[in-house]
Amino acid sequence: MKRKGLKSLLLVFVLTTLAIALSACSGDKEGENSSQITIGIPQDLEDSLDPHKAVAAGTKEVLFNLYEGLVKPASDGSFIPAVASAYEESEGGKVYTFTLRDGVKFHDGSTVTAEDVKFSLDKCADTSAGDPLVAAFSNIESVDIADEKTIVVTLKEANTEFLAYMTTAIIPASNENPDTNPIGTGPYKYVSRSPQENFVVEKFDEYWGEPAHIENVTFKICSNTDSLVMDLEGGSIDMFARVTASQAAELSDQFEVLEGTMNLVQALYLNNAEAPFDDVRVRQALCYAIDPDEIMMMVSDGKGTELGSSMFPAFSKYYMEELNDTYNQDLDKAKALLAEAGYPDGFSFTITVPSNYQPHIDTAQVLVEEFKAIGVNAEIQLIEWDSWLSDVYQGRQYQSTVVGVDASNLTGAALLQRFTSDAHNNFINYSNASYDEAFDKAIYSTDDAEKTKYYQECERILSEDAANVYIQDLPEFVAINKKYTGYEFYPLYVQDIAKLRLAEE
Amino acid sequence: MKYAGKKLLTMFLTLFAVTLFVFLAFHVISGDPASSMLGTEATPARLEALREEMGLNDPVLVQYARWAGRFLTGDMGTSYSYRMPVSDMVTDKIPVTLTLTILAFFMMVLISIPLGIYTAKHAGGVIDRIIYIFNQIIMAFPPFFSGILITLLFGRIFKLFTPGGYISYEKNFWGFVGYLFFPALAIALPKAAMAVKLLRSSVIGEARLDYVRTAYSRGNRTNDVLYKHVLKNALIPVVTFLGMALTDMIAGSIIIEQVFSIPGLGRILLTSISNRDYPVVMAIIVCISLLVLVVNMIVDMIYGLIDPRISVE
Repeated sequence: MKRKGLKSLLLVFVLTTLAIALSACSGDKEGENSSQITIGIPQDLEDSLDPHKAVAAGTKEVLFNLYEGLVKPASDGSFIPAVASAYEESEGGKVYTFTLRDGVKFHDGSTVTAEDVKFSLDKCADTSAGDPLVAAFSNIESVDIADEKTIVVTLKEANTEFLAYMTTAIIPASNENPDTNPIGTGPYKYVSRSPQENFVVEKFDEYWGEPAHIENVTFKICSNTDSLVMDLEGGSIDMFARVTASQAAELSDQFEVLEGTMNLVQALYLNNAEAPFDDVRVRQALCYAIDPDEIMMMVSDGKGTELGSSMFPAFSKYYMEELNDTYNQDLDKAKALLAEAGYPDGFSFTITVPSNYQPHIDTAQVLVEEFKAIGVNAEIQLIEWDSWLSDVYQGRQYQSTVVGVDASNLTGAALLQRFTSDAHNNFINYSNASYDEAFDKAIYSTDDAEKTKYYQECERILSEDAANVYIQDLPEFVAINKKYTGYEFYPLYVQDIAKLRLAEE
Repeated sequence: MKYAGKKLLTMFLTLFAVTLFVFLAFHVISGDPASSMLGTEATPARLEALREEMGLNDPVLVQYARWAGRFLTGDMGTSYSYRMPVSDMVTDKIPVTLTLTILAFFMMVLISIPLGIYTAKHAGGVIDRIIYIFNQIIMAFPPFFSGILITLLFGRIFKLFTPGGYISYEKNFWGFVGYLFFPALAIALPKAAMAVKLLRSSVIGEARLDYVRTAYSRGNRTNDVLYKHVLKNALIPVVTFLGMALTDMIAGSIIIEQVFSIPGLGRILLTSISNRDYPVVMAIIVCISLLVLVVNMIVDMIYGLIDPRISVE
């Protein structure tokens, strides 16, 4: 009798598990009535949600939808007024006057005041944590409230590009926990998050501008990028911004694959302070040894844009296509340069590559093969991103590394400042007096044509000096379910979700 | 009582050793939380200010003592990368990993005990031989590989579940359990195969002993002998194995979480290690160690229940 009881208990258990398993198949298809989209992102926002403290590109591209500055970047690379309705630049780029837009609301329902703006800008200029949160803000002399609708920013040195930094997010002074409770003025507002699972936002109904089209947006963390095709086809995500060329090819016609550029400078970055890369001839020899087209062929089916200096085509004003031809593959010349530099039999070195990004690893592998042709033995060392940050980027203890360097804003300085001799982020230890001079002239010039001229001078120096072995601006493939449309590429590393809409609308 | 005290003391010492070891390991690998938090925007001055604020400039043992002191008072600290209380993160994720482990454990028991008894009873038969071959194959599968196969088979070909379509337990509990069904199966199968083999040989071994012959001679039928006498004795090595398998499954679920994109403790643990987010890592390590220790204790107690001759005292 007792055993029978046990048996039937077992039977019940087995049946329930089966029932559960089967019921799961008719999964979770709720919420179809209000518009929603699930967007896959490769990593969680392992960062502060405070827009001024967030550092990871992956965090910033999501927060772009939550926060706005006095002005905000548009997809064509210009600036459009946001929290400010108008701005005026005077005294040759020394004084910027902003008029606040009427009735701009924060996500908590309060109205943006001049005090909030001053608070936000002062917070980023504050030097109590060592350096200001936004490095360029060390140039701010003062932020003044002229009247309740007018903010005047006075600079120490005139800078006609300063507007680009006014995209710095405006946040309410009253928010006590900006780290975990993001409140901004953007088209989407924060709802909830679960670490390593998702980050949920919803449309902000009181947005001042053109409202977002899709009500509910879930950013789902897909850290296993090998299964992206399965995730997309299975319907657990509707869009993923950076699939690889081979994944794009695997997708069914349910998806549209849009091609853009990543807007970064991928190069073999060389530690210019370390032998043998302290010799310009060695660096040039490496440049002559490689063929960017071959790399693109191997890494992304030939997609991508060749680069010859630290500037990518999205900066149409500054980009110089002719620099791509400073070094065309020429193995004899490369060998001759090596011999001249005292390495007739080549040498060996290490390429340190962060292990979290496959295109860079693939690129490094092609480079290793290409260098063999001139007798140079390169060895790839994969390291974790955090070790890369501390050893390579901050510690500068490395020989060479393959990464992509992006621009944090739409100024030429964003890409070129790091190569000035005393820049804190000059991780390649590049030092060239004529470069520093040209760069200084570019920043302090108030005439646009002159500025462009000096920035281009900087690019030319980097190219001729072979500061790095420049390769390409990587292609970006955005896979999006055909249910949605309206995706726009930006010259910056952002995802503008407010532009997306349902295809049948 | 003395026994319980002794057990608690060894538990405490184990936890101490584990946490100290993990803490020290963090200081051996390169990369520190401050540089991780500031990323590419770090400047030497900002790094220094942040390290000072976070207390990273203190000697390692001072940092450990500070962490341990807070932990003992119930303060797990704040995550460096998520800036939220670690306790919130852990309590949010424990149900996921625990459900997965328990589900896998029940599957293992449900599969292995009936099959083990059946194969022992019909040893040498056709079905026994077929099961034997399958057992050998499945036993050789590491859980992540069985996970990939299950995804392929049930996810892509039979479309019984959506790979990567994890459903949160807060949203839909049964959907959540349903999604965990196949990951749990991936963990349970290799272990179940081992348990079947173990139980089969244990039962057959017992059946050769004298008391079995005596039991038969008293007129018992095969089933009575098997269930009333043999099984009780044969189960002891199996319980040891099940206990070990359960602790192993906790570790196995960390790997399976990666394969099936389940945001449980394992996922958080791995990303926190790479972010050098050690308050989170430490908290999870303590949780997992505690689970393992508790399971071991429970196994000890079950011995006593099955066989009164084994006394925990």
